[in-house]
Parts: sequence; C-alpha cells; structure tokens
Amino acid sequence: MKKYVDQGKNDTRSGYGAGMTELGRTNPNVVALCADLIGSLKINQFIEENPDRFFQVGIAEANMMGIAAGLTIGGKIPFTGTFANFSTGRVYDQIRQSIAYSDKNVKICASHAGLTLGEDGATHQILEDIGLMKMLPGMTVINPCDYNQTKAATIAIAEHEGPVYLRFGRPKVANFTPVDQKFEIGKALMLNEGTDVTIVATGHLVWEALIAAENLENQGVSAEVINIHTIKPLDEAAVLKSVKKTGCIVTAEEHNHLGGLGESIARVLATKHPTPQEFVATNDTFGESGTPAQLMEKYGLNNKAIEQAVLNVIKRK
Amino acid sequence: MPTTQQLEDLVRQTRRDIIRMVHKVNSGHPGGSLGCTEFLVSLYHEIMELKDGFDMDGVGEDLFFLSNGHISPVFYSVLARRGYFPVEELSTFRLINSRLQGHPTTHEGLPGVRIASGSLGQGMSVAIGAALAKKLNKDTHLVYSLHGDGELQEGQNWEAIMYAAGNKVDNLIATIDLNGQQIDGSTDDVLPMGDLRAKFEAFGWEVMDIEEGNSLEAVVAGMKEAKSKTGKGKPICVLLRTIMGNGVDFMMHTHAWHGKAPNDEQLAIGLEQNAETLGDY
Repeated sequence: MKKYVDQGKNDTRSGYGAGMTELGRTNPNVVALCADLIGSLKINQFIEENPDRFFQVGIAEANMMGIAAGLTIGGKIPFTGTFANFSTGRVYDQIRQSIAYSDKNVKICASHAGLTLGEDGATHQILEDIGLMKMLPGMTVINPCDYNQTKAATIAIAEHEGPVYLRFGRPKVANFTPVDQKFEIGKALMLNEGTDVTIVATGHLVWEALIAAENLENQGVSAEVINIHTIKPLDEAAVLKSVKKTGCIVTAEEHNHLGGLGESIARVLATKHPTPQEFVATNDTFGESGTPAQLMEKYGLNNKAIEQAVLNVIKRK
Repeated sequence: MPTTQQLEDLVRQTRRDIIRMVHKVNSGHPGGSLGCTEFLVSLYHEIMELKDGFDMDGVGEDLFFLSNGHISPVFYSVLARRGYFPVEELSTFRLINSRLQGHPTTHEGLPGVRIASGSLGQGMSVAIGAALAKKLNKDTHLVYSLHGDGELQEGQNWEAIMYAAGNKVDNLIATIDLNGQQIDGSTDDVLPMGDLRAKFEAFGWEVMDIEEGNSLEAVVAGMKEAKSKTGKGKPICVLLRTIMGNGVDFMMHTHAWHGKAPNDEQLAIGLEQNAETLGDY
C-alpha cells in the first residue's frame, strides 16, 4: 500500500490562516470579516498586513453575512470567519437569501467544525453544517483533510466565482498531503488503489481511513482510499468508477449520517449503481465535552470504526 | 433634472402600475408600495446619481437597496420607468417564468436589482457592505436603503445599526418607511418600538425626519438635506412618515391593504383616482 508520511501534526484552521496571508499578498480584492474570533481563525497576519481589508463585526454573525454579501457589490471577495456552528445554523436565512439566492461571491469559512473542538461541548459542536450548506442551490461545499490542503483550498476558492462553504477544524491532525499542492474544486483524489472495498473519506477522517487501510492490508483486505474534499459538487465519476471495481463502499466523515457526505454518495449509488454502503458518521446525535480523541472513539469516528465498517460491508457484497 | 410636473406624472403612473400589477395576479403588496411611491420616484429621478445601463458592481454611481422586498410593485414600476427594463414586462409580475418575482431577486437577472429581499431585516447589513466596498474602491458615491418600520423588529437591523455607527459608515442613507402599520395591525399594537429617533441617535446615527413623506417637494428637499449630511463620520437615518395606501382613498390609513389585491370594482375606483399620465404598460 502507498505510504503517506505525517509531516508534523497541525491544525487545519492554521492552514486557513496561511492561505489568507497568501491571498492578502496576491489578490487585492480579497477581504476578510470576523465575528470576534481572530485568534481562533488564525488570521492575525492577514489583518496585520491588510488592515484596510479586514472588518471586525463583533459578535453579530447575521450582520457579518449581510455585510459580506454587500461587499461583493463593488467586486470584493469576502471571506467570513467564525466557528462552523455560527457560520451556518445561526445565520441560515441570511446565507440563503442574501448570499446563495442572491448569487453572491462570498466564501463562508468555518472553523471548529464537528466534535473535535472538544471540551466546549455540543453547543459549539455542529454536526449538521455540511447538510445545511449542501442543500443550498449553487453552494460549493469543501472539507479539506489537513493543513496543507486547507491552505490550498483557501487560495483556490478565491478564484472560484460563487458562494463557497469551507469547513475546517480546531485540533492538530496529521499533515500528509503535499506542500503547495494545486487544489482542484470538485476533483476526488485517489490516495490508494485497492480491489476489495472503497473507502471514501472527507476532512481529517481521510488520515484515519489510510490507517484503517493499512491495518486491513495486514488482514488481507485491499482497500481503495479516496479523499473527497469537495462534497458539492460531488465527483460522482470517481466514486462510481471505484465501486464498479470493489463492489462495496464505506463513507467516513465527522458529521451526522443524516445530510452528510455519506448521504450524497448513497443518492448517487441508489440511482446509478446500487452498492452496499456503510456509514462512519455520528448517529443523529449531539456531541458532548471531552478531548478530541475521546470523542472520536466514543462516537465511532476513528480508524477502528472505519476498519469495522469495512469488514461489515464486505460481508454484504 | 425632471420638472415637478414630470415627477408628479411619474408618481401617478406608478400608482396605476402598482394597483394594476397586484390586481392582475390577485396578490402582492399595494399598501406599502403606494406609501413609498413619492420616495422611490424622487430617489431614482432626482436624488441618486445613476449611470446609464446596469452592472452589478455599480462602481461610479449611487446604489439603492430595498430591504422590505414585499413592496416590489413600486420598485419594479420605478425601475422599469427609469429604463432598467421594458415597461411591458410589468405585466409579468408574479407570473411563472417571470423576472419579476413576488419579492425582488438577482437570481432571474432583472436589471436594477442587486440583492434578494423579502425575508425581512437583511437589507441594512447588505447596504453597509456595499458602502464599505465603495470606500475601499475610493468611490465617493452613496448607498441608499429603504426599510419598513415593522421590519425593525428583526434583530439583525440592530446589529447593523450598531456596526454602521461604530465604524463611521457615513456614505449610507437608510430610510425608514414610518407608516405605523404591519400585517397584524398597527406597529404600536403588534410590538411597540418606542422612540425610533432616540434609538437611532443613541446608537450614534444622524437622524432626520421627513414629516410629509407623500409630498414630492418634502421628500426631494429632505433627501437633498440627507445627502448634505453624508461624509461627516455618521450614518444617516431618515424617518419618512408615509401613509400606507397613499393615493387610493379606500386603501389609506389602514393595514388592511398591506398584502391584499383590489377586485375589479376597487381597481376601477383606484384608477379613476389616478389618471393615466405616461401611458399604461
């Protein structure tokens, strides 16, 4: 199996911050907004270098979304920054009407997604944001897997015309994709070719999927691992090509199984190539306080859970 | 600049357009539309500096945002008669496959519209964003917005009002249509909002009153004064006192015509009270 090396654990939100720093230097139309969470979003350097292109809106996310929509009128490319919970559920109607329905070129950048923000607990741990955002017509939904990919995605979405939801997180996770990679929106990445099962993962569960694949190889199971960083538009061709070879699939994401990546893939498979599928995702539940590792273990989102799901789905072939 | 007679002709023709549009599809919001006719006609023909044609970015011209999107009939009529799209298209209001949706949208590509509105309380934030973009672009033109008074019950407005003053967004003139009515009754009955002047002032805005919001002369003079107050460190709020349903006697001074269309007889009476001036669509 192809080997991937962790270049040193890092948080994906810092990848966002690094991407913003680069955009600040290369694209004069990029502006940043933040709702009292500069430190959490790691955009200090962008602000320092581009004070005129930063807007601190305070604890007022609805207003932030509206201001972002307005800034596009005049050619600016606004990047909003707050936690995923406050980037989506709290401001759904503002995004729906003023951004999505109004076809505004706003980049909604959301940190602290999922359970792994940890100790703050369920009030801050949104597990429904992918569903909320992918349901909006015209919205692109991206969930990169590590620091390097988040940086690349941040830079890439500035070139994409239209609203984007970019999801990343708080914990330090393995950083294993290439430095300065070219990020192609909507293009699934084949990480390991296999023949017995397809594992499609998004976000930091991609790394967990690679560990699971290695463990499975030792048990004689050949797993294909695909990184789906773009949940919408979904790379349907890559998924279909893979399952036609392997005959079964496991999807893995730090999100509710309702509304997430797994459901998007299930729709494709149900209509185009019915295939046994198992879901590694949370089971219609809120989270709770704990360390990221404890939460991943308790809610069944780690490499062990993926491994077990693979063994289960293979039996259903 | 148009003459007073030309503005009056536009107002009367716009009133006809409004009641004919809502009558045809038996839906829409004539009350607030009629109340804001003088304001929007003044804005688009006398107050705002506008380029020919339409582009979304609107650099080098004044911008207007309608936050209370349900008064789309007056907005559409004024846009059409200002030349943004053919006047005949007003006949498609609220019909299937029309660019004139029930509430305004950019989604169908109607020239003159820069944001969707209808879900209330969002327009001031958008107007602030557009005003900030003008400052970044070193564009000295102004941003105008219109809001219903009942709409101020939405909390997002107060986030925006706080932001605009705190950040000296002084190229913005936000007008509140103070007609005192909302769907369920008078604003005082539904949710009293207290002293709006004092509230805006407490948030740090420059506040002006236009007492005769249905007098062309008063509106033009008031908005010119509002313009003169821009660029001085404070956003401008205009409290525009209007009469809902103005110009059609049986629709006036009541919330009953907020979102109700006239029947054939009522339409005939309304048209009789507003003789054709520029030609019906």
